[in-house]
Amino acid sequence: MTKIVFALLGLLILAFIAVPIAKMVLASDPVILLDNILDQEVAASILLTLYAAFIATLVGFILGVPLAYLLAKADFKGKQFIEGLIDLPIVIPHSAAGIALLFVFGRKYFVGNVFETIGIKFIDSLAGIVIAMLFVSVPFLIDSAKEGFKKVDIRFENVARTLGASSWQTFARISFPLAWRSIVAGCLMMWARGMSEFGAVIIIAYHPMIAPVLVYEKFETYGLNYARPIAVILILVCLIVFIGLRLLLYRGEKS
Amino acid sequence: MISIRDLSVELGEFTLRNASLDVADGEYMVILGPTGAGKTVLLESIAGLYPVKYGKVWIGGKDVTGLEPEKRRVSIVYQDQALFPHLSVKDNIIFGLKVKKTPHAEIDQALDRTVNLMGIGSILNRRPSTLSGGERQKVALARALCTEPDVLLLDEPISALDPQTREEVQYELHRMQRFLRITTMHVTHDFEEAIALGDRIAVIGDGELRQIGTPDEIFRQPNSEFVARFAMSRNIFTGMVETSPNGECLFKTGDTAFVVAGDKIGGATRAVIRPEDVLISLEPLRASARNAFCGKISRITDKGSTLFITVDLPPEITALITRHSFDEMGLQLGMQVYVTFKASSIHVF
Repeated sequence: MTKIVFALLGLLILAFIAVPIAKMVLASDPVILLDNILDQEVAASILLTLYAAFIATLVGFILGVPLAYLLAKADFKGKQFIEGLIDLPIVIPHSAAGIALLFVFGRKYFVGNVFETIGIKFIDSLAGIVIAMLFVSVPFLIDSAKEGFKKVDIRFENVARTLGASSWQTFARISFPLAWRSIVAGCLMMWARGMSEFGAVIIIAYHPMIAPVLVYEKFETYGLNYARPIAVILILVCLIVFIGLRLLLYRGEKS
Repeated sequence: MISIRDLSVELGEFTLRNASLDVADGEYMVILGPTGAGKTVLLESIAGLYPVKYGKVWIGGKDVTGLEPEKRRVSIVYQDQALFPHLSVKDNIIFGLKVKKTPHAEIDQALDRTVNLMGIGSILNRRPSTLSGGERQKVALARALCTEPDVLLLDEPISALDPQTREEVQYELHRMQRFLRITTMHVTHDFEEAIALGDRIAVIGDGELRQIGTPDEIFRQPNSEFVARFAMSRNIFTGMVETSPNGECLFKTGDTAFVVAGDKIGGATRAVIRPEDVLISLEPLRASARNAFCGKISRITDKGSTLFITVDLPPEITALITRHSFDEMGLQLGMQVYVTFKASSIHVF
């Protein structure tokens, strides 16, 4: 009986997630969709979204994976504080995050200045989109990689060390490959989360327009019918990435 | 050769205090102790995997106390083998040589040698997850030996295996160690394993080394109740040593006095007799044994091919007998029997 009630409640929330997405995708005219995909502006914004989220993930990978390893394997003071700090971007409103980033990377501020001297501007630029995406999505990568490293039995690392591997070789040949699946899952999650970011990006870089901003602009200027095809394409792209992620995780669980 | 001096390690709630131990070149030293006695910590300290708080570790005459694990020429094998799951058997075995950038020809030679020694040529291309417990342990040993370490550390290497495989791997271990004469330290909680493999045994308990000696010494002359219990001497008595009017040396416990061999006197307060040294008979034995008592059987513990028979003299004393003699005598609870053992079978301390 309990199971039936729970199943009914579950069904409601599933419908709440699935119906709007399904309706929008199924109700769109394939011809209009194709037109939109071929539209220069739309294609460019979608490619830009994928590309910017990819760069953000790359930066997150280079800076975040080592931190994830430390958090998983080392004990130090303030570790819990750092873990809390990492999850902060998930809970603060993203428009507020964008404004916070402006206070550091804006032209008038020190860091923004330093970057400008080497030719990197953040306001209305790809770099701006990347840092906005990085800020809001890097917790997913760090958390997933950390869990992956935690699952690597310390004895694998111990054995590797006694066999003659330095701590660096042990990381490269044992810990990293064994945590690889979790790291990839974290990267995909971060990439997907970066692609769907709107609030932080629009504060820092309205232009060049990423797809979520384009959807918003079309909606504001021309209304629902013009915004919908782009939204559908965006959803389809996100779905493909997300299904890929689930498949990968599923295969990981099986093995 | 391994020398440990006043080694103290702290790991969470566990501490190892003032452990001092020497293992000679080519010696097979078994560290015997109950679960949670800190045996693994001792091994990992020798391997450099735990920071040593106080004390020193020498390997081959060199102080390695602060040295990184990869520079110690020490291999460790764990109970669960810890084979790298993402590498094939072959890549597991040659891992150590690869990270040291050994030339290919040398790697091939070392691989051949180790694989032949352990008899695992047919499984080289398999993944660790597809191997049986015995195969996994042989691969773990091969991996540990392939780098030709000075010292082999074995952490409960056969405890997790099923009984038949245990025997096989135990035999392989013994054969391999005698062949290579590699200095070996093996920790276990299994007394029979310790007796079967060790040149010497070090008994560890509550973070301290309790006794170090040959299997025979640990078996026959435990220095404490802890060691005696661990060595499965079921008969441990409390009492005192006295000299009888006719000059015999007696160990008195309650109203009963055992005759003990005369040279072991002193302030001893404990006596142990191994169950296999106690004879049980339906009639008094006419033998040279000077300890003969009569009592009723108070407990029978069936171990399959052998049985433990406890007779209340008092005190209670336990004998180990075969099923054959059990059946032949038709022993039953409450039956009156005779208990006989030699004075030299009693060890007092």
